[in-house]
Amino acid sequence: MLEIDIVRKSYPDRGGRAHVALAGLALKPGVGELVCVVGPSGCGKSTLLNIVGGLDGDFEGRITHGGVPPDDIGFMFQEPRLMPWLSVLDNVLLVARASHDARARAVALLEAMELGDVLDAVPGRLSGGMQRRVALARAFVNEPSLLLMDEPFVSLDEPTAERLREMFVGLWRRSGATALFVTHDLREALSLADRVCFLSASPGRVVLDLPVALERPRKPGDEAVGALQARLLERFPALLAGLAPTPRTEVTDV
Amino acid sequence: MRRRPGFDLGGDAGLRAASLLAFVVLWHAAALWAHSPTLPTPLSVLARVWDETASLVLPAHLAITLWRVAVAFLAAMLIGTVVGIAMGRWRRLDVFLDAWLVLGLNIPALVTIILCYVWFGLNDWAAITAVAINKIPTVIVTVREGARAVDPRLMQVARAYRLSRWTTLTRVYLPQLVPYLMAAARSGLSLIWKIVLVVELLGRSNGIGFQLNVFFQFFDITGILAYTLVFAAIVLTIEACGLRPLERRLSGWRG
Repeated sequence: MLEIDIVRKSYPDRGGRAHVALAGLALKPGVGELVCVVGPSGCGKSTLLNIVGGLDGDFEGRITHGGVPPDDIGFMFQEPRLMPWLSVLDNVLLVARASHDARARAVALLEAMELGDVLDAVPGRLSGGMQRRVALARAFVNEPSLLLMDEPFVSLDEPTAERLREMFVGLWRRSGATALFVTHDLREALSLADRVCFLSASPGRVVLDLPVALERPRKPGDEAVGALQARLLERFPALLAGLAPTPRTEVTDV
Repeated sequence: MRRRPGFDLGGDAGLRAASLLAFVVLWHAAALWAHSPTLPTPLSVLARVWDETASLVLPAHLAITLWRVAVAFLAAMLIGTVVGIAMGRWRRLDVFLDAWLVLGLNIPALVTIILCYVWFGLNDWAAITAVAINKIPTVIVTVREGARAVDPRLMQVARAYRLSRWTTLTRVYLPQLVPYLMAAARSGLSLIWKIVLVVELLGRSNGIGFQLNVFFQFFDITGILAYTLVFAAIVLTIEACGLRPLERRLSGWRG
């Protein structure tokens, strides 16, 4: 089980003074649970993932996964972050744990994501959506027990983003991994999550922990998602005020 | 526009060949006009190349010089790369070593050569050290630039997926330095093969540089041109058939 307990995380701001990014943030996602973390921009969502992922060790607190620091991670960043000099397949194999079937697994995963024709292409030749799919395959190739997703589908057109969300949910459900998914898009969060955690403005901490029991499969455009969002906006207007509005926020038929 | 096939045959390659031919023709004409042993014709130089090659004198000197070039080149690249990466990575080290670097960049090659011979004796290691010291600062400057340009976001990927230090270095870090390493290698080769001749001239008893000095004593211009021609041709071949294809292969993903 993943246990996040960040007492305090600060870093020097431009003036050299300590800026507290996160304080008193505790979060315990259940095993196999998909938890979306939403919050206004600058509240420390990415910082949270960097700490959980071990990219940033300079904080007060403790992160454990099954009693030990998380080690077995799939990480997807806001940009695809593929190695431009490696082919699609080699990008996935780069992070794959050495085993006799690593190559077969990587190829199968990429083929399932309809990238079978571009295994030997370099990322620069692919569209943005295809690059994200490679990054998604990379995140899953080791069948990790923890997935960290840092706004992985931003700046994509909606149909592409939706297709990637479906692929992600499909892979996640089969994997049984615990997932932390950061987004500033409430609709995206409600369409994906088992649980949505709302962070306050900086210093970020969890101000609302909301289980989402809507049936799967769901989409951001679904009526039930829209209705839930509208109810939340009504009940917690102050809380959600900082969240970036999405193009489909105007839900009238609640 | 209508293409005139007579002028377009072979494109750039044809033009280059024509330029080379024009040079040889001009040389020949000048030699005939001057009619002096200090400016031999291209053909007599070529004949001399053949004689020296057949007698195995030229290949022996050439081999020893190329060996010195290779060792000095590899040493300079290795040391320059390690120091350049370190200076690009650690700011304090960069500040500390910067003055040394400026000194290294500006000290004349001749001074390093003389000092190395005086301090370490007239031997091959002094010669190679002198050449390497001349080249190392420029490798450092180029590689340091590359190390500063390394993308921290890609390094985070390596960290997130817990790649080993070795894998991170060879598959994530060094590939980002390739353009800088290739630039250092190419400029390095052209600098080193020139300095090696000076080093040989000043303190060795074999190698192309030594032979050039001997020819100079006897005013044997044909010999000087014959050796120069062969040595330059070999270095250009290494550059064209070794370094350039390597660079193409390593940076093919940019295309």
